[in-house]
Amino acid sequence: MNNTIKLSLALATGVVLAGCAASSASVDLDKLTASIVKSSFRDEGIVKVSVLEADEVNAACSAADVAGKPLDHEVAMALQAAQLKTIKWPADGRYLGDWKKGEALAQSGRGMTFTDKADTPNGGNCYNCHQIDAKEISFGTIGPSLYNYGKTRGVTADPTSPASKAIIEYTWGKIWNARAYNACSVMPRAVHKGIITEAQARDLMALLLDPKSPVNQ
Amino acid sequence: MKKVTLGAIAAAVAGLFMPSAFAQKSAAVSSIEEYRAMLQDGNPADLFEAKGEDLWKQKRGPKKVSLQACDLGQGPGVVKGAFVTLPRYFADTNKVQDLESRLLTCMQTLQGFDPADIIKTPFGKGEQNTLTALATWIAAESRDQKFNLSQAHPQEKVAYEVGKRLFFQRGGPHDFSCASCHGGENWRIRLQDLPNLTKNPGDGVGFAAWPAYRVSNGQMWGMQQRLNDCYRQQRFPYPGFASDATVALAVYLGVNSQGSKSVAPALKR
Repeated sequence: MNNTIKLSLALATGVVLAGCAASSASVDLDKLTASIVKSSFRDEGIVKVSVLEADEVNAACSAADVAGKPLDHEVAMALQAAQLKTIKWPADGRYLGDWKKGEALAQSGRGMTFTDKADTPNGGNCYNCHQIDAKEISFGTIGPSLYNYGKTRGVTADPTSPASKAIIEYTWGKIWNARAYNACSVMPRAVHKGIITEAQARDLMALLLDPKSPVNQ
Repeated sequence: MKKVTLGAIAAAVAGLFMPSAFAQKSAAVSSIEEYRAMLQDGNPADLFEAKGEDLWKQKRGPKKVSLQACDLGQGPGVVKGAFVTLPRYFADTNKVQDLESRLLTCMQTLQGFDPADIIKTPFGKGEQNTLTALATWIAAESRDQKFNLSQAHPQEKVAYEVGKRLFFQRGGPHDFSCASCHGGENWRIRLQDLPNLTKNPGDGVGFAAWPAYRVSNGQMWGMQQRLNDCYRQQRFPYPGFASDATVALAVYLGVNSQGSKSVAPALKR
């Protein structure tokens, strides 16, 4: 990434640079951006500026996006391995909850904005990006269609069968922390970042994988 | 202005919910187009435009002076064509400024307003309404002109690069960046089409459509408010009005839109 720009003037927006004796200076654009973020954003309602502190995986993916180049394979694998460790697997082995509650959660895109109250229930934001139940025609296209998710992945009458184990575990992990499987996915890390609870993850699992869910009809 | 009945609007909006999954995109788009066509002769933005022109000429503020000597980059008092060159570098403030931050400067230097007070004022209140109306009129004075932002000054180049970094900055509980929604082709949130703003999205799309009148809430929004609401939906903290971050982001979007026609003030969902 070309991180610096040669300047004929040692001036940068709102920042006085040290060492401007020379007629040109290099600006560290990442540092300048960080200082502009600091001076531009403020706490509002339930949202604090601290939510902008980038963790390892966000820092790496933002930089890759700016450079217009995907992460090196090894770097991506290492980041995914670290994200995978954040996933908690159900102690009782129960992965599926109530698909009806899952559908309601998938419909909601609410919560956690600076105009929301602290007690606004967080939505799962699922339909914003995915097709899920075919009856809902107002769906987004940023993520793949999840219609017939379980059915097309061979999850049949008994989702607890050994044949379904791999897809059940993957889906659980993907909902908990999507970045464990694709370091720079744009999908939120729903449980890991506290957007939804473990019980709600179970309900979304049922929506996608319960043979009785309308998704699999 | 053409009269539009509520029934006709309801019918057009109801068209958004066609029962066929296959037909939905075209149905949604054509309903919106139909709705736009109905309002073509009467975009409510017209009212803000007229108000903005009045406010520009009125003697206002502690100094009781008009804004007619305000320099938007094309010389004092020149309004036509200014909008499509903003944001740009201004030597008197030694800053890159967008339309709204530049208007703040003029309201301070010419009229004696305190910009800090206006920055603190919520959208839709007090002098923020003045800024929205002014921005609407000034944008309308460059309607159908092509964006032509300067990248000649070093600060303009820096602002673009900072704006690009802001565009791709992932943060908040959902890890959203601007690119989460505006980084791909043919993306939609629910039924809302999302332009890809990492490149030139074309005439009248994205940066080239604001200020705009929003039908869904009956409000006139300038670009600053548009960016503020994007950040709100990203679950980011509050971006200061006319802050360096919002101006740099506008430079990124404006330079990417180079050569595209402005349709502002537009009519939006």
